[in-house]
Amino acid sequence: MLLETLADLSNPLIMGILLGGLYALIALGLSLVFGVMKLINVAHGDLVLFGSYFAYAAMTILGIDPILSLVIGMPLLCVMGFAIQRYLMSRAFGKSMEAPLLIAFGISLMLQNFQQIIWTPMSKGLTTSYALISFSAGGIYFPLAYMLDFIAALFVMLALRTFLEKSYLGKAISAATQDRGAAQLVGINTGRVYAFAFAIAMATAAIAGVFLGLTFPFTPQSGISFLIIAFGVVIIGGLGSMLGTFIGGIVLGVAQSLGGYFFGSTAQMLVVYIIVLVVLGIRPQGIFGR
Amino acid sequence: MPEKTWLKVSNIDTFYGGFQALWNVSLEVKFEEIVALIGANGSGKSTLLNTISGIVRPAKGSIEFDGKSIDNLEPFQIVTLGISQVPQGRRVFPDLSVMNNLILGSYNRKARLKKEQNFRMVFELFPILKKRKDQLAKTLSGGEQQMLALGRGLMSNPKLMLLDEMSLGLAPIVINNVYKALREIRERGITILFVEQNVRRSLEEADRAYIMEAGRVVLSGNVRDLQEEDEIKKAYFGI
Repeated sequence: MLLETLADLSNPLIMGILLGGLYALIALGLSLVFGVMKLINVAHGDLVLFGSYFAYAAMTILGIDPILSLVIGMPLLCVMGFAIQRYLMSRAFGKSMEAPLLIAFGISLMLQNFQQIIWTPMSKGLTTSYALISFSAGGIYFPLAYMLDFIAALFVMLALRTFLEKSYLGKAISAATQDRGAAQLVGINTGRVYAFAFAIAMATAAIAGVFLGLTFPFTPQSGISFLIIAFGVVIIGGLGSMLGTFIGGIVLGVAQSLGGYFFGSTAQMLVVYIIVLVVLGIRPQGIFGR
Repeated sequence: MPEKTWLKVSNIDTFYGGFQALWNVSLEVKFEEIVALIGANGSGKSTLLNTISGIVRPAKGSIEFDGKSIDNLEPFQIVTLGISQVPQGRRVFPDLSVMNNLILGSYNRKARLKKEQNFRMVFELFPILKKRKDQLAKTLSGGEQQMLALGRGLMSNPKLMLLDEMSLGLAPIVINNVYKALREIRERGITILFVEQNVRRSLEEADRAYIMEAGRVVLSGNVRDLQEEDEIKKAYFGI
């Protein structure tokens, strides 16, 4: 009896872990921007979706594979991120807490409407030949799209960690995160470092957008629901920690999947938010937060 | 040969919001001097250092370094020109290793070229940092953190160092070590302007001193002359 239950559990458990990879992938950029600039980028979900729509355009108009389209999508979002930080956000920084938040909110609204005008409110998907493939082993199903999500998340997380730990710019980003004033005094151009951090976060958003589109259908309004999930991930994992964000994504994915298994699909997000609340109550800085 | 003036601060006013923190402050630091900036808490010493470093802008007056106006430059540009501030409270990057803290000191382009040479100098001055190089900065003792902050400042290849309250919160024996390092730094051709609350110590270590009160420079001169000033005797030595 117990063994049967365990065998039954393995399927939702695996699905949860893989789905958590996608959540982590979406949250990594949000976590980086908050960690470095203390900015709650409420436009993050819409910027991720911009990545999805860009890949959709590349696929339907030019016939380019969504993953391959990242060769253009990533630099495009990088440039957008750099410009948003350098020419919009930086003017509002230090003036008040709400000014940058309002700018982010404005960007969110503009992107939503822009995407609605161009792509209609109808749901779209990056339907490729491989997006629906599924493997099964020992009675457990492994959808290829979910596996790709997980691999991409692991790759992006490790790449970000290596970048932050090894490169001059990455170290400068960490320094500006830990003490902005001291970073200025050692000769770091913090304004420029912030713009690069935002650009890098947007490169990860481009990747997240593609894998989101391979996994789920999306509409111009989807940004907000993925933003909320990303908030949950970051709260569980701890802001600014890349490994923490990755693990936070998996915790959230597993919670949702097991919640659905035990309490039905209507209650699955409830389980997720109860866990978020518990973490906020016990360890507000997140599992890996400082 | 007349002594070269490195830093020339002329008649600056600095505000924090609506509050005026500096009133018509002037100060000079010459090549290879050690100059002390003395005063009670809130007298404007740190504000003066932060104005020189470009963290706050003066509302009036000018700041020149090596004959060049610097009062409208960004902090990172001022560091590149050769002015390095070691801030109050040390402000090392707590979650980075000692090595990475030092590497970040050499962030500006000019300093990157001299990184290896400056590493050697820092490890000669503070051998303990070499021993601790892979530890996170937050795991160091207060004295070691102060040495790291000084080392990080030296990595930027400075011509002039601004040192803010180095001895704050340190044990007397550690303070002696820090001041010994200060003299060694000067021997390597680096000019020093330091802020200190301990008047006796400042007058022992410096060549010249400026005394600040309520945002103004109220006295300045050679330390020998200042030690004889009645006002100083009364106010600070209780004689």
